Amino acid sequence: MTLLSAQGVGVHFPVRGRRGGTARAVDGVDLDLAPGEILALAGESGCGKTTLARAMLGLVRPNAGTISYDGDPLRYDAASLKRYRRQVQLVLQDPTGALNPRHTVYEAVAEGLRIHGHTDDEPGRVAQALSRAGLRPPERFFLRYPHELSGGQRQRVVIAGALALDPKVIIADEPVASLDASVRGEILALLLRLRDEFGLSALVVTHDLGLAWNIADRLAIMYLGRVVEVGPVAEVLREPRHPYTQALVSVLPNAPGDEPRQPIVLSGEPPDVSRIPGGCRFHPRCPKIADGTAEAAGLAGACRTEDLPVLGGADSAVACHLVR
Amino acid sequence: MLSVRDLRVTYHGHGAVPAVRGVDLEVAGGQRLGIAGESGCGKSSLAMALLRLLPRSAEVSGEVRLDGEDVLGMSFGRLRAVRWAAASIVFQGAMHSLNPVHRIGRQITEPLLLHRTVPPDQVQTRVEELLAQVGLPAWRANSFPHELSGGQRQRVMIAMALACEPNLVIADEATTALDVMIQAQVLELITRLARDRGIALVMISHDLSVLSSTCDRVAVMYAGRVVEEGPAHEVFATPRHPYTAALAGAFPTVGDEASRLRPRGLGGDPPDPAHLPPGCPFQPRCDQAVEQCGSTDVALRAAAADRRAACVHIGGEAG
Repeated sequence: MTLLSAQGVGVHFPVRGRRGGTARAVDGVDLDLAPGEILALAGESGCGKTTLARAMLGLVRPNAGTISYDGDPLRYDAASLKRYRRQVQLVLQDPTGALNPRHTVYEAVAEGLRIHGHTDDEPGRVAQALSRAGLRPPERFFLRYPHELSGGQRQRVVIAGALALDPKVIIADEPVASLDASVRGEILALLLRLRDEFGLSALVVTHDLGLAWNIADRLAIMYLGRVVEVGPVAEVLREPRHPYTQALVSVLPNAPGDEPRQPIVLSGEPPDVSRIPGGCRFHPRCPKIADGTAEAAGLAGACRTEDLPVLGGADSAVACHLVR
Repeated sequence: MLSVRDLRVTYHGHGAVPAVRGVDLEVAGGQRLGIAGESGCGKSSLAMALLRLLPRSAEVSGEVRLDGEDVLGMSFGRLRAVRWAAASIVFQGAMHSLNPVHRIGRQITEPLLLHRTVPPDQVQTRVEELLAQVGLPAWRANSFPHELSGGQRQRVMIAMALACEPNLVIADEATTALDVMIQAQVLELITRLARDRGIALVMISHDLSVLSSTCDRVAVMYAGRVVEEGPAHEVFATPRHPYTAALAGAFPTVGDEASRLRPRGLGGDPPDPAHLPPGCPFQPRCDQAVEQCGSTDVALRAAAADRRAACVHIGGEAG
C-alpha cells in the first residue's frame, strides 16, 4: 500500500548565464511512502532532497514524472492543491523563521484552520493540536508570542500548526537541525509518537544519518538528484552497499567501545547539478574506482559510461554497477 | 600552553547575566581539548574571553595564561601581537567572518603583513602554501568568498588561522554547519595540522560524539560551568554526570541498538543564565535529582582516575 508516491520525478531549473543550461536538481526519482511509515531522505546539501520534498508537497511542479496521493496523480489547479495540502503538511527547519513574531501561538495554529474554512470549534481544534504536539496544558500557550518560547517549544508550535488540519502525511525538512542537542530527542520522540498514536506518515528530509537511525523505518540516500540506495534503515546503515553510502556511514562517530571504523573521506565537493557527470554520476568521486576495485571487476568502463536505471521506490535497492 | 583559572564572564545590560561561572582548563602543546555544551551554556563566551574578544559590556575575571603570559592583564598592543600569531580562532559562520568584497588571497595576506611573519616579497608564496595545506588550489586566491562552497570557505578560515603559525587554535563550532562528508574533511584537516605542528587545539561543539572522536580530553559545560571533564572517549562512553549522559544520548551512534527507534532527549529547556535555579542548575531537568540537589550546588570532584564530575551522586565512593 502506498499513500504518497513519486514516479520518475524530475525537477529542472534553468541556469542563469548559460544558454539552454539546466540544473537537474531532481533527475528521475521513484519514492513511495506507505501509511504510518517514517521515511528518511538523506544526502549532502545540493543533492536535491529538499527540491524533491517540495515537489512532493506540490510546491514545485515536476518537469518529468508524477506525484500521486492515494493513487491519484496530483493536479496543480488551486482547488486541488488546497485539498491536497489538508492531507500533506509541511514542517520547516527553522521554527523562528516559520512563525510570525507578531502572531500568538493561537493565531499561528489557527491560521491553517481559517484558510481551509474549519470554523467550528476553533479553540477546541487548536487546543487539541497543541496538546498532541506536547504543549500541555494548551490553554496556557494560546496567548504567548514566539519570542517567549524556547526553541523546542517553537518547533512544537510549528508541528501543532501542521497537525491542526488532521493531515495524513507530514513532510519535515531538517526538523531538528536548528535545535539544541537535548531538545532534539524530544522532538524526534514526538514524531514517533504521532505515528504510533495517529498513524501519521512522515517524510523526513535530513543530512543526519543519526536521525534516520533514531526514528525512520526506511532510508533513501540521494546523490546528485537520484536515489542511489534505499532500504530498511538498519540494513542500509549496518551494511551499506553503495560506495557513497559506505563513505557516509564510515565518517560517522564510532559507537563507544566499537572497533574504530576506517573512515573513507571522499575528496572534493559534490559536483554541480548543472554538470552531472556521464555514466554513474558518482564515478568521479567513487573510492571503488580510485582503488581499482571496479577495474578488477571489469566494470570501470561501465561506471564511466553507462547510466544506472532509476531505483524502484518501495523495495531495497542500490544503484551501483558493482552491486548486482 | 593554555591555562585558565576560575574564569568568569558576566554580561552587564539589563541586570548582571553570569555566562561563565568559574571555569578551570589546562591544555598542553599538541593536545586537543573539546568543550561540549548547548547554546547558552557559556562555551562561546569562554572561547571569546580567552582572546579578550568580548564587548565592553562583558566583565571578565579570573586568569588566562597563554604560554605563561597573562592574557587578561596584557596591554592592548601586546594583545594585538598575540592574536593570530600566538593564538587564533576559527568561527562557525565562515560566510560572515570573511569580507565579501575582498578576494581570498588578500584576506589571508592581511594577518601575514600585519604580524610581519614573512618578508613582504614572500607573502605570495606563503599564501599559496597555506591554501595548499588546506587542500585548495593556488588560483583560489583570486576568488571571492561567494564563489566558494561552505566547506571551502571554512578551509580558508583555517588557512587564515594557521597563517602566522600560532601555538593555539580555538575552533568554535567550526564544522557545525557543514555536511557530514565536508565535516569529516575539515576535522581531518584540523587534527592533522595540529598534530604535525604540535598546535594545541580547543574545539567547541554541541556534538559530543564528534568531540569524543577527535579530541584527547573533553569538558562538558552546563550553565556556565564545567560539569564533567576527562578523557574524551571515556566521558562519552561512560558519562558520570546525568547531563553528559543526556547529551551523549542525544546524538545516537548508528548501529547502537539501544537508540534504534528510541530517540532520547531531556525534558525541559536549557536554563536562562539570568535566572538560574537554586542549588544544582541541572536539577530541574535531572531524572536522578534528590532533595539535596535543590539547595546545594556541587563543585567538580574526582569521579574516577583522571576524571571529574559535578554531581552529588559522585563523590560518595570516590571521595
